[in-house]
Amino acid sequence: MSRTIITPPRGVGLPPWRELWEAREVLWRFGSRDIVLRYRQTAIGVAWVILQPLVSAGIFSIIFGSVAKLPSGGVPYFIFSFAGLLGWNLVNGIVGRSSGSLVANQALVSKVFFPRLLIPLATMLSVLLDFAVAFVLLVILLVVFHINPGWPLLLLPVWMSLAILLAMGVGIAAASLMVKYRDVAYVLPWLMQILLYATPIAYSLSAVPANLLWLFTLNPLTWLMEAFRWSLIGLAAPPLWEIGALVLASVAVFLGGVLVFQKMERTFADVI
Amino acid sequence: MSANDTAITVSELSKTYRLNVAGAPVNRITDAVINKARHPLRRTRYEYFDAIKDVSFDVPWGEALGIVGRNGAGKSTLLKLLTRITSPTKGSIDLGGRVGSLLEVGTGFHPELTGRENVYLNGALLGMSRKEIRRRFDDIVEFSGVSKFLDTQVKRYSSGMYVRLAFSVAAHLETEILAIDEVLAVGDAEFQAKSLAKMRDVAKDGRTVLYVSHQIQTVTALCTSAIYLDKGRLVYHGSVDGALETYRSSFEKFQIEQSDPTKRSGTGQLRLAGVQVLEPQQAPADEKLIELELPASSHLVGDYFVSCHINDINGSTIVQCDSRAVGAWFSPDRAHRPVLRIDNLWLKPGTYTVDAFVCQAGILDSWEGAAVFEVLPSSPYPELTSEEALSAGIVLSDFHYEVS
Repeated sequence: MSRTIITPPRGVGLPPWRELWEAREVLWRFGSRDIVLRYRQTAIGVAWVILQPLVSAGIFSIIFGSVAKLPSGGVPYFIFSFAGLLGWNLVNGIVGRSSGSLVANQALVSKVFFPRLLIPLATMLSVLLDFAVAFVLLVILLVVFHINPGWPLLLLPVWMSLAILLAMGVGIAAASLMVKYRDVAYVLPWLMQILLYATPIAYSLSAVPANLLWLFTLNPLTWLMEAFRWSLIGLAAPPLWEIGALVLASVAVFLGGVLVFQKMERTFADVI
Repeated sequence: MSANDTAITVSELSKTYRLNVAGAPVNRITDAVINKARHPLRRTRYEYFDAIKDVSFDVPWGEALGIVGRNGAGKSTLLKLLTRITSPTKGSIDLGGRVGSLLEVGTGFHPELTGRENVYLNGALLGMSRKEIRRRFDDIVEFSGVSKFLDTQVKRYSSGMYVRLAFSVAAHLETEILAIDEVLAVGDAEFQAKSLAKMRDVAKDGRTVLYVSHQIQTVTALCTSAIYLDKGRLVYHGSVDGALETYRSSFEKFQIEQSDPTKRSGTGQLRLAGVQVLEPQQAPADEKLIELELPASSHLVGDYFVSCHINDINGSTIVQCDSRAVGAWFSPDRAHRPVLRIDNLWLKPGTYTVDAFVCQAGILDSWEGAAVFEVLPSSPYPELTSEEALSAGIVLSDFHYEVS
C-alpha cells in the first residue's frame, strides 16, 4: 500500500499529474453537472445552445457587414462572423466559466480534499458541448452555401487544443487569484469584452488600418482566429510564424496559469 | 506488515495562521498595491496564531480514534490537516492509505441534481472511482432508504432524506482511513444508531476511523482510543475514558482555582462557602435546584443579595437569577442556606456552569464556575424528531400548538 506523506509546501512545482488522473471521475462529474444544471428547468432547454451563436452571429453580420460594410474575404458575412464567434466563444466560455469556478464551489474547497485543479478544468466540458453544437450548425451552413474549406479542416482539433490551453491558462490563474482577490471577477469580463472588439472576430484583419496592424498582429487571439477561419471557411492560411508563436504562447500561458494556481492553492482553504 | 506500519503517523505537526495586525485583512488588489506604495519598506506585521502546535501521535490500523477538546482547541484544524484540506506549517503526516472524509454531510450535494446524480458526484468527490460507486450503488441506496426518490431532485427532499443519502454515500467509502466530523449528529435516533453501527464495522474491518465530536457520548460509543487537544497542543493520547477524564479535569482546573476564596475577586466582606447543584446530571425539563452556603459576617452592615448566572459551555450566560428581582435579601447577622429553584427553564443537552455572586453596594464575592451540571442528551418533547427540529435556538421550552 502506498503511503502518503504530507509536509509543508515548499517552492512551486507542477501539479501531481498522477493524482489528477486518478481523480478524473471528478472532472467528468463536475462537467456533466454543469451541463445538466444549465438546461434543467428551462422551457426550451437545449435549443438555447443553437439559438445563442445564431443570434450573435446575426447581430454581428448586421452591424459589421451591413451597417459598417466591412470586408469578409469573399465569404457571406454571416458565415464569416459565425466561424469567428465559434473560436471566440470557445476561448471566452472557458475563461469566463473557469475563472469563477473555485469561488462558486467554495464549500467544497474548504471541506473536501480532491485535486482542486479539476474544478476549473471541468468547466471546459460544457463549453466544448456548446462548441460541438455550434460546429454542427456551421457544417450545415457550409453545405447550404457551398463552401468547402478543404483539408485544413483536419487541423481544427489542433486549433481547438491551442485555444483550450490558452483560455484554460488564463482561467486557472484567474480562478486561483479570485479566491483571494474578488476584484478579478469584475476586471476579467471587462477585459474579455475589450478583447472581443480588439480581435478580428467579426471583421477581417484586412479592414484594420495599416498603421494599427502591428498592434493587432501582436494579439495571440488574432493568430487563433486566423487559424480557425483557415480551417473552417477556407480563408488564407496564417503565416507560419503566427502558428509557431501560437503554439508557444498557448503552452506558456497554460503552464503559467498552472504555476500561479499551484502557488495560490496552499492557502485556498484558509482564505476562500 | 512490519511493526512500524501505522495507519497514521503525525510528527511535530504545527499549523500557524497568520493574522494581519494592522487593520482589516487585505483582500482587494488595490489595497495590496496601495499599502505597498505607501510603505514600500515596511513589511506587513502579522500576528501568528498556532491552531495546532507540535502535535505528534501514531494511530495503528483498526483503531477508531476520537479527537476531543474544547471549542477552539484545534480539533477541526487537525482533521483538516489529516484530510489534506489545508497544509501544515511544520512537521509531517504519514498516511498509510487513502483518506476519505465525511466532513459535514451534504457538502458536494447539489440541490438541482437528482439523488442518483448526487450519489455519483459525491462519491467521485470523496475519492471513489466510477467502478467503485457502481458496485456500491445499491448498498448506498438501500442504506439510505430513499430508493423511491432516487430520480427526484434533492431540493425536493426532506432534510432527513437529504442527510441520510449523503451519509450513506460517505459511509460506503472504501478508503483505508475515514475521517468524520460531527456527522453522526444527524438524522433521527434510528438512523443515528444505524450510522454508528456502520462506523463501528468500518473499524472492525481493520480500517482506521478518525472521529471529531463535541458529543462525548458518541465518542464513547464509537472510539477505541482518543486524543485530547488543548489550545492546539496534544495533552493526552490513550484510552477514551482517559481522554474524557482529561477533558473534565481541565475544565475543573479553573474551577479549583476559583474554589479558593482568596483567588476570587470581590471585596471579601462575605464569601460564599459553597454552591451545589442538587442534581448534577439532569434531563432538559427538570427543575434546577442550586443551594448556596452563605456564612454570617461581622464585616457587613445591612442586608445583601445574591445572583446566580447559568452559562453554557461557551461561557454565554443563559439566565441571570438575581435575588433582588424576586425580593430575596439576606441579613449578614446569621448564616443562610438558600436554595435557588428554577422552574420551567428547559436547557439543551450539554454542560452548564453556575457563577454565583454576592453583592450589596458593590460585589462582595464573585465565584465563577462555582458549580457545574450536565443536561443529559434526551429530548423533553413527546415526539421523536430529527436533529434540526431541535438545533436552532439557545434553550428549549415548554410549547405547544393550539390547533383550531
